[in-house]
Amino acid sequence: MSDQLIFTYVIDGDDFTRAGEASSSVKNKLKMIGVDSDVIRRVAIAMYEGEINMVIHANGGVITVTISDTDITMVLADSGPGIPDIDKAMQEGYSTAREEVRSLGFGAGMGLPNMKRYTDEMHIDTVLGTGTTITMKVNL
Amino acid sequence: MTIREIQEALDAQFLYGEELAELDADFVFSADMMSDVLAFGSKCSVLMTGLCNPQVVRTAEMLDIVCIIFVRGKMPDEHMLTLAMDKGIAILATEHYMFTACGILYEHGLRGGA
Ligand SMILES: Nc1ncnc2c1ncn2[C@@H]1O[C@H](COP(=O)(O)OP(=O)(O)O)[C@@H](O)[C@H]1O
Ligand SMILES: [Mg+2]
Repeated sequence: MSDQLIFTYVIDGDDFTRAGEASSSVKNKLKMIGVDSDVIRRVAIAMYEGEINMVIHANGGVITVTISDTDITMVLADSGPGIPDIDKAMQEGYSTAREEVRSLGFGAGMGLPNMKRYTDEMHIDTVLGTGTTITMKVNL
Repeated sequence: MTIREIQEALDAQFLYGEELAELDADFVFSADMMSDVLAFGSKCSVLMTGLCNPQVVRTAEMLDIVCIIFVRGKMPDEHMLTLAMDKGIAILATEHYMFTACGILYEHGLRGGA
Protein backbone atom coordinates (compact mmCIF):
# COMPACT_ATOMS: atom_id res chain seq x y z
CA MET A 1 0.00 0.00 0.00
CA SER A 2 1.61 3.24 -1.11
CA ASP A 3 -0.05 6.65 -1.04
CA GLN A 4 -3.44 6.84 0.60
CA LEU A 5 -5.55 9.92 1.07
CA ILE A 6 -8.15 10.02 3.84
CA PHE A 7 -10.85 12.66 4.27
CA THR A 8 -13.34 12.85 7.12
CA TYR A 9 -16.58 14.82 7.22
CA VAL A 10 -19.03 15.39 10.06
CA ILE A 11 -22.56 15.62 8.68
CA ASP A 12 -25.01 17.92 10.45
CA GLY A 13 -28.34 16.17 10.86
CA ASP A 14 -30.34 19.34 11.32
CA ASP A 15 -29.49 21.20 8.16
CA PHE A 16 -31.02 19.81 4.98
CA THR A 17 -29.87 22.89 3.08
CA ARG A 18 -26.22 21.98 3.62
CA ALA A 19 -26.61 18.27 2.87
CA GLY A 20 -24.34 17.47 -0.04
CA GLU A 21 -21.47 19.75 0.92
CA ALA A 22 -19.27 16.79 1.85
CA SER A 23 -20.02 15.01 -1.44
CA SER A 24 -19.30 18.22 -3.30
CA SER A 25 -15.96 18.57 -1.52
CA VAL A 26 -14.98 14.99 -2.39
CA LYS A 27 -15.99 15.59 -5.99
CA ASN A 28 -13.67 18.60 -6.17
CA LYS A 29 -10.79 16.72 -4.60
CA LEU A 30 -11.12 13.81 -7.03
CA LYS A 31 -11.22 16.28 -9.92
CA MET A 32 -8.00 17.89 -8.70
CA ILE A 33 -6.29 14.52 -8.39
CA GLY A 34 -7.31 13.83 -11.99
CA VAL A 35 -9.61 10.84 -11.42
CA ASP A 36 -11.65 9.73 -14.46
CA SER A 37 -14.85 11.80 -14.72
CA ASP A 38 -17.12 8.75 -14.94
CA VAL A 39 -15.67 7.40 -11.70
CA ILE A 40 -16.05 10.80 -10.06
CA ARG A 41 -19.71 10.96 -11.04
CA ARG A 42 -20.39 7.50 -9.62
CA VAL A 43 -18.64 8.31 -6.34
CA ALA A 44 -20.41 11.67 -6.09
CA ILE A 45 -23.90 10.25 -6.69
CA ALA A 46 -23.46 7.34 -4.28
CA MET A 47 -21.98 9.48 -1.53
CA TYR A 48 -24.58 12.21 -2.01
CA GLU A 49 -27.46 9.72 -1.63
CA GLY A 50 -25.78 8.36 1.49
CA GLU A 51 -25.22 11.84 2.86
CA ILE A 52 -28.87 12.77 2.27
CA ASN A 53 -29.97 9.54 3.99
CA MET A 54 -27.84 10.42 7.02
CA VAL A 55 -29.62 13.76 7.28
CA ILE A 56 -33.19 12.59 6.65
CA HIS A 57 -33.11 9.22 8.42
CA ALA A 58 -30.34 9.27 11.03
CA ASN A 59 -29.76 12.81 12.30
CA GLY A 60 -26.31 13.10 10.77
CA GLY A 61 -23.11 11.11 11.11
CA VAL A 62 -19.53 10.83 9.93
CA ILE A 63 -18.26 10.05 6.44
CA THR A 64 -14.73 8.83 5.82
CA VAL A 65 -13.41 8.67 2.28
CA THR A 66 -10.20 6.80 1.50
CA ILE A 67 -8.52 7.10 -1.87
CA SER A 68 -5.94 4.44 -2.63
CA ASP A 69 -4.19 3.36 -5.82
CA THR A 70 -6.87 0.83 -6.56
CA ASP A 71 -10.16 2.21 -5.27
CA ILE A 72 -12.18 4.86 -3.50
CA THR A 73 -13.85 3.67 -0.31
CA MET A 74 -16.61 5.58 1.46
CA VAL A 75 -17.65 4.67 4.99
CA LEU A 76 -20.83 6.36 6.22
CA ALA A 77 -21.41 5.84 9.92
CA ASP A 78 -24.39 7.15 11.87
CA SER A 79 -25.98 6.68 15.29
CA GLY A 80 -29.50 6.71 13.95
CA PRO A 81 -32.37 4.26 14.43
CA GLY A 82 -30.87 1.50 12.26
CA ILE A 83 -32.60 -0.32 9.38
CA PRO A 84 -35.06 -3.04 10.47
CA ASP A 85 -35.20 -4.90 7.14
CA ILE A 86 -32.29 -4.35 4.77
CA ASP A 87 -33.82 -6.35 1.89
CA LYS A 88 -36.92 -4.20 2.02
CA ALA A 89 -34.91 -0.98 2.30
CA MET A 90 -32.93 -1.97 -0.79
CA GLN A 91 -36.08 -2.25 -2.93
CA GLU A 92 -36.65 0.56 -5.41
CA GLY A 93 -39.51 2.72 -4.21
CA TYR A 94 -39.45 1.60 -0.57
CA SER A 95 -39.25 4.61 1.74
CA THR A 96 -40.22 5.57 5.25
CA ALA A 97 -39.44 9.24 4.57
CA ARG A 98 -41.90 11.82 5.85
CA GLU A 99 -44.06 13.86 3.48
CA GLU A 100 -41.94 16.90 4.26
CA VAL A 101 -38.86 15.14 2.90
CA ARG A 102 -40.74 14.18 -0.27
CA SER A 103 -41.70 17.76 -0.88
CA LEU A 104 -37.97 18.52 -0.88
CA GLY A 105 -37.39 16.06 -3.73
CA PHE A 106 -36.16 13.05 -1.77
CA GLY A 107 -37.87 10.06 -0.19
CA ALA A 108 -38.57 8.30 -3.51
CA GLY A 109 -36.99 5.15 -2.16
CA MET A 110 -34.24 5.22 -4.78
CA GLY A 111 -31.29 6.16 -2.57
CA LEU A 112 -29.97 2.78 -1.42
CA PRO A 113 -30.62 1.17 -4.84
CA ASN A 114 -28.77 4.10 -6.46
CA MET A 115 -25.86 3.64 -4.08
CA LYS A 116 -25.65 0.00 -5.09
CA ARG A 117 -26.08 0.79 -8.79
CA TYR A 118 -23.20 3.25 -8.91
CA THR A 119 -20.64 1.42 -6.79
CA ASP A 120 -18.69 -1.81 -7.26
CA GLU A 121 -19.23 -3.00 -3.69
CA MET A 122 -21.67 -2.00 -0.99
CA HIS A 123 -22.14 -3.38 2.48
CA ILE A 124 -24.65 -2.36 5.16
CA ASP A 125 -24.02 -2.97 8.86
CA THR A 126 -26.95 -1.96 11.00
CA VAL A 127 -28.07 -2.43 14.59
CA LEU A 128 -31.54 -1.29 15.63
CA GLY A 129 -31.39 1.59 18.05
CA THR A 130 -27.62 1.90 17.66
CA GLY A 131 -26.87 2.97 14.13
CA THR A 132 -25.91 2.12 10.59
CA THR A 133 -22.58 1.90 8.82
CA ILE A 134 -22.58 1.71 5.05
CA THR A 135 -19.35 0.90 3.22
CA MET A 136 -19.12 1.53 -0.52
CA LYS A 137 -16.24 0.95 -2.87
CA VAL A 138 -15.62 2.19 -6.40
CA ASN A 139 -12.68 0.61 -8.22
CA LEU A 140 -10.19 2.81 -10.02
CA MET B 1 -28.96 22.65 -29.26
CA THR B 2 -27.15 25.33 -27.29
CA ILE B 3 -28.29 26.70 -23.95
CA ARG B 4 -29.09 29.97 -25.74
CA GLU B 5 -31.37 28.17 -28.20
CA ILE B 6 -33.12 26.44 -25.28
CA GLN B 7 -33.59 29.80 -23.59
CA GLU B 8 -35.11 31.33 -26.72
CA ALA B 9 -37.38 28.34 -27.42
CA LEU B 10 -38.80 28.47 -23.90
CA ASP B 11 -39.01 32.28 -23.63
CA ALA B 12 -36.88 31.72 -20.58
CA GLN B 13 -34.89 34.14 -18.52
CA PHE B 14 -31.19 33.67 -17.76
CA LEU B 15 -30.87 33.91 -13.98
CA TYR B 16 -27.25 32.91 -14.14
CA GLY B 17 -24.74 31.80 -16.75
CA GLU B 18 -25.23 33.76 -19.95
CA GLU B 19 -21.54 33.22 -20.52
CA LEU B 20 -22.32 29.49 -20.74
CA ALA B 21 -24.96 30.10 -23.43
CA GLU B 22 -23.00 28.58 -26.30
CA LEU B 23 -22.51 25.23 -24.53
CA ASP B 24 -24.19 22.27 -26.20
CA ALA B 25 -26.97 20.52 -24.35
CA ASP B 26 -28.55 17.53 -26.05
CA PHE B 27 -30.18 15.36 -23.42
CA VAL B 28 -32.75 16.51 -20.91
CA PHE B 29 -34.13 14.88 -17.77
CA SER B 30 -37.35 16.25 -16.26
CA ALA B 31 -38.47 15.40 -12.74
CA ASP B 32 -39.36 16.78 -9.36
CA MET B 33 -37.88 13.86 -7.44
CA MET B 34 -34.14 14.32 -7.20
CA SER B 35 -33.52 10.63 -6.50
CA ASP B 36 -35.09 9.85 -9.89
CA VAL B 37 -32.74 12.34 -11.49
CA LEU B 38 -29.79 10.72 -9.71
CA ALA B 39 -30.97 7.25 -10.76
CA PHE B 40 -31.75 7.87 -14.41
CA GLY B 41 -30.33 11.23 -15.45
CA SER B 42 -26.63 10.50 -15.39
CA LYS B 43 -26.28 10.81 -19.19
CA CYS B 44 -28.13 14.13 -19.32
CA SER B 45 -26.74 17.63 -19.53
CA VAL B 46 -29.96 19.53 -18.77
CA LEU B 47 -32.27 19.18 -15.76
CA MET B 48 -35.82 20.53 -16.00
CA THR B 49 -37.77 20.69 -12.75
CA GLY B 50 -40.57 22.36 -10.85
CA LEU B 51 -38.77 21.78 -7.56
CA CYS B 52 -36.90 24.77 -6.23
CA ASN B 53 -34.43 24.22 -3.38
CA PRO B 54 -30.62 24.03 -3.01
CA GLN B 55 -30.61 20.25 -3.43
CA VAL B 56 -31.66 20.72 -7.05
CA VAL B 57 -28.38 22.51 -7.70
CA ARG B 58 -26.47 19.91 -5.68
CA THR B 59 -28.08 17.10 -7.67
CA ALA B 60 -27.13 18.83 -10.93
CA GLU B 61 -23.59 19.25 -9.64
CA MET B 62 -23.20 15.55 -8.86
CA LEU B 63 -24.32 14.65 -12.40
CA ASP B 64 -22.19 17.27 -14.21
CA ILE B 65 -25.34 18.88 -15.54
CA VAL B 66 -24.63 22.19 -17.32
CA CYS B 67 -28.07 23.82 -17.22
CA ILE B 68 -31.10 23.77 -14.89
CA ILE B 69 -34.48 24.93 -16.19
CA PHE B 70 -37.06 25.94 -13.59
CA VAL B 71 -40.63 25.71 -14.92
CA ARG B 72 -43.90 27.33 -13.80
CA GLY B 73 -42.16 30.58 -12.95
CA LYS B 74 -40.25 29.08 -10.01
CA MET B 75 -37.53 31.45 -8.85
CA PRO B 76 -34.39 30.20 -7.11
CA ASP B 77 -33.16 32.32 -4.20
CA GLU B 78 -29.78 34.01 -3.81
CA HIS B 79 -28.26 31.01 -2.08
CA MET B 80 -29.17 28.71 -4.95
CA LEU B 81 -27.85 31.15 -7.53
CA THR B 82 -24.57 31.51 -5.64
CA LEU B 83 -24.25 27.75 -5.55
CA ALA B 84 -24.93 27.54 -9.30
CA MET B 85 -22.37 30.24 -9.96
CA ASP B 86 -19.83 28.41 -7.85
CA LYS B 87 -20.42 25.20 -9.83
CA GLY B 88 -20.71 26.81 -13.26
CA ILE B 89 -24.28 25.69 -13.90
CA ALA B 90 -26.51 27.91 -16.05
CA ILE B 91 -29.95 28.68 -14.58
CA LEU B 92 -33.01 29.35 -16.74
CA ALA B 93 -36.53 30.17 -15.59
CA THR B 94 -39.61 29.81 -17.79
CA GLU B 95 -43.30 30.46 -17.19
CA HIS B 96 -44.25 27.32 -19.14
CA TYR B 97 -45.53 24.29 -17.24
CA MET B 98 -43.40 21.16 -17.34
CA PHE B 99 -45.38 19.32 -20.02
CA THR B 100 -45.38 22.26 -22.39
CA ALA B 101 -41.72 23.03 -21.81
CA CYS B 102 -40.81 19.38 -22.51
CA GLY B 103 -42.95 19.42 -25.66
CA ILE B 104 -41.28 22.54 -26.98
CA LEU B 105 -37.78 21.15 -26.46
CA TYR B 106 -38.76 17.80 -27.97
CA GLU B 107 -40.05 19.61 -31.05
CA HIS B 108 -36.68 21.29 -31.29
CA GLY B 109 -34.97 17.91 -31.41
CA LEU B 110 -33.88 17.48 -27.80
CA ARG B 111 -34.28 14.01 -26.32
CA GLY B 112 -34.28 12.30 -22.94
CA GLY B 113 -31.12 10.51 -21.90
CA ALA B 114 -31.25 6.78 -22.65
N1 LIG C 1 -28.81 5.75 7.46
C1 LIG C 1 -30.04 5.24 7.63
N2 LIG C 1 -30.55 5.06 8.90
C2 LIG C 1 -31.77 4.54 9.10
N3 LIG C 1 -32.60 4.16 8.08
C3 LIG C 1 -32.15 4.31 6.82
C4 LIG C 1 -30.88 4.86 6.52
N4 LIG C 1 -30.72 4.87 5.18
C5 LIG C 1 -31.85 4.37 4.66
N5 LIG C 1 -32.73 4.01 5.64
C6 LIG C 1 -34.05 3.37 5.47
O1 LIG C 1 -34.12 2.76 4.21
C7 LIG C 1 -35.19 3.31 3.44
C8 LIG C 1 -34.80 3.38 1.97
O2 LIG C 1 -33.72 4.29 1.79
P1 LIG C 1 -33.55 4.98 0.37
O3 LIG C 1 -33.50 3.92 -0.67
O4 LIG C 1 -32.41 5.92 0.42
O5 LIG C 1 -34.91 5.75 0.17
P2 LIG C 1 -35.41 7.14 0.79
O6 LIG C 1 -34.26 7.82 1.43
O7 LIG C 1 -35.93 7.86 -0.39
O8 LIG C 1 -36.48 6.80 1.77
C9 LIG C 1 -35.44 4.66 4.06
O9 LIG C 1 -36.75 5.14 3.82
C10 LIG C 1 -35.20 4.37 5.54
O10 LIG C 1 -36.31 3.73 6.11
MG1 LIG D 1 -32.49 8.10 0.45
